[in-house]
Amino acid sequence: MIARDQSSQALSQILESRSRDRGNLISLLQETQAKLGYIPREAMQTIADFLGIPRVEVWGVATFYNQFRLTPLGKHHTVVCMGTACHLAGGNLILEALERELDIKAGETSADGNFSLERVACIGCCMLAPVALIGDRIYPRMTPFKAEEALIPYRQNSDGKNTAD
Amino acid sequence: MSFAAIQDRARSEWENLQGRTHMLVSAATCGRAAGSQDVIDALGKELARHSLDVPVIQVGCMELCYADPLVIIRKADSLSVAYANVTPEIVPRLVEGYIAGEDPCLELALGTYEEGEGETACIPELPRYEHELRLVLRRCGRIDPENIDHYIATGGYSVLEKALRMSSDDIIGELERSGLRGRGGAGFPTSKKWEQCRKAEGKPKYVICNADEGDPGAFMDRVVLESDPHQVIEGMTIAGYAIGAERGYVYVRAEYPLAIRRVRIALEQATELGLLGDDILGSGFGFNIEIAAGAGAFVSGESTALVAAMEGRRSEPRTRPPRLAEAGLWGKPTLLNNVKTFAYIPSIVEHGADWLASSGTEGSKGTAVFTLAGKVVSSGLAEVPMGTTLRRLIYDIGGGITGDRQFKAVQIGGPSGGCLPVSLLDSPIDYDSLREAGSMMGSGGMIVMDENNCMVDAARYFLDFSTRESCGKCTMCRLGTLQMLRILEDITSGRAKLKDMDRLLQLAEDVKDGSLCGLGRTAPNPVLTTLRYFKDEYEAHIRDKTCAARVCKDLIVYYILPDRCDRACEHCVLTCPTEAIKGGKGESKVIDQEKCTKCGTCLDVCPPEYDAVVKLSPVSSLPSPGKTERSGKR
Repeated sequence: MIARDQSSQALSQILESRSRDRGNLISLLQETQAKLGYIPREAMQTIADFLGIPRVEVWGVATFYNQFRLTPLGKHHTVVCMGTACHLAGGNLILEALERELDIKAGETSADGNFSLERVACIGCCMLAPVALIGDRIYPRMTPFKAEEALIPYRQNSDGKNTAD
Repeated sequence: MSFAAIQDRARSEWENLQGRTHMLVSAATCGRAAGSQDVIDALGKELARHSLDVPVIQVGCMELCYADPLVIIRKADSLSVAYANVTPEIVPRLVEGYIAGEDPCLELALGTYEEGEGETACIPELPRYEHELRLVLRRCGRIDPENIDHYIATGGYSVLEKALRMSSDDIIGELERSGLRGRGGAGFPTSKKWEQCRKAEGKPKYVICNADEGDPGAFMDRVVLESDPHQVIEGMTIAGYAIGAERGYVYVRAEYPLAIRRVRIALEQATELGLLGDDILGSGFGFNIEIAAGAGAFVSGESTALVAAMEGRRSEPRTRPPRLAEAGLWGKPTLLNNVKTFAYIPSIVEHGADWLASSGTEGSKGTAVFTLAGKVVSSGLAEVPMGTTLRRLIYDIGGGITGDRQFKAVQIGGPSGGCLPVSLLDSPIDYDSLREAGSMMGSGGMIVMDENNCMVDAARYFLDFSTRESCGKCTMCRLGTLQMLRILEDITSGRAKLKDMDRLLQLAEDVKDGSLCGLGRTAPNPVLTTLRYFKDEYEAHIRDKTCAARVCKDLIVYYILPDRCDRACEHCVLTCPTEAIKGGKGESKVIDQEKCTKCGTCLDVCPPEYDAVVKLSPVSSLPSPGKTERSGKR
């Protein structure tokens, strides 16, 4: 697979300049994710071999921290803030609306790869609650209906083009 | 370059800026979220169009989060004016009016910095500033955090220069007399930590700044790093000198990219000027600081768990002793303090112990930084002397409760803290009084709740958070919190019995006793405080199946008031995702409760002039169809 070759090449580039120090594990995983968008299983094996530790140890760390993703993100990564202020302002209704509209659960990526959905603990914009993000764009003071509307420009037609194009 | 020469250069740059027209734009993460980048871009374009050479300084947080994006136009010879909630659309007016011309556009202004402008508010005289005391935040929003000269010109790094000529005994002694307690939440005396670390055997020693701010609803550490990073770096370097460490780390969550960027820039600039490095200002003392980006785990805020994360392991706490001061990072003596603790250091060394000790209360000296959010008019950041009352914070600084609603509770300290009721509004806030009330200072995140917030749901929310973030090491924390969550879910869905409240209390005590670190030991606090202060709400959920705040989904129904429904309007019918609303044109709309998923869309889209959709609780209070359907005439 071409994609797999590319990702292993990217990973070798990362490993090239690094020491085989066990303490580097988290930063290696962070760099891998920054480059590939997620941490493929093969990458965990490569990192484990590089550091000379069992793969299960890499797995244990990769699954412990919230930052690491084991599956690729969708083209439009959608994030719902579940911080305290957002929760009190109805953040759960926003998450439910997005789950319903995208037909995926938080933590999943849509079958066509167009959307992924994630809940996060707090993005620190409490005065704009409830907040959602699509890509880099922040959507403040959401309501279930506004959430539904916000998705429209990012949706794909059957030919793979955005409806807004 | 000597430090005096560095200072001279910085001061002349600063004075030059103050002497000319310039603009300040709030550009911390919160300002950016509100759209300050668009405003900065628009300002750039508009200034270019007028061929004006006016510096636009991207400052950090200006504390008035509700007013973001905030723009201040400063003129040396005229009014300085602040404009709130600026959009790119009004930028041309501001530039044309007050940069190119002499019209300060007061109709658009939040206020001025000088008195006597008629109707326009004078910002320094806003009631909040009467009660605030800014020690840690004093430069935030006033200097360019990416320009070290701004920091130096306002007194920065002069304390480091002084400290390098002091003995570590003197520095730690000064700290001890000041009574400074760690700002991470637990309130351990800072000087004790430093002393232990200095005395500890072993080399090298490390200094770690804990910026793993994981509390949902707290962002003051982020604000300090984004608005005034050098203050923290200077504090860490003084700490390094006092305990004999050569290396420091700033452990920041990866979720704070802007904070990471600004700290990185600050480190580079300080190193370039010889304020960090192998021989700081020719003193022979060497200290270097690196950034460690955390991968996101609430438990990493615990000191031993943070060290585990820095060593590349799962962030699990371990038993103490040994303390970090004896065996910390890589087994070496390590000093770990919170961002704000380090931020205090330069000022304490500069002004002496009495300066800090003169504010605050007997047991808690200095100030506390709170983030105020939730149902409060002016959300934002506030720094007040320890011992300030909740009422002063929420009403005088926060401007009171939004809408015409009633204050119900304030949650302090996030998942480790508690919900305090109206009866405690007049109690002073410091480490000890909060602990007595069943809460804790924690990070200082403060969320205000009104009558539309359900306290059982709030407790459930925090416990859900703790359950997700439990590292899993201790059984009581891993499974005990989960059982507590199940009981709370039973209560919020109307399946619980009264005796479940006793089980909840018992479990809460067990989780406290059976957990190693602060996460587990404090996770029951939101439940314990709500049980203590809002027991009637629990009972109403269990006995009457009623959620008075109409939040708990299983205990509410949505209902369309026939007399208020405009029969010609079809907003709800067309937007209901499950097609649960019936009624053609000219008919009053009715919700099919079987199909309704309680998503809230109909309430959201019903035009405010009709305001016909309501939530009712308990479910049995739903009027039976037929009786009311035709009763209403508008």
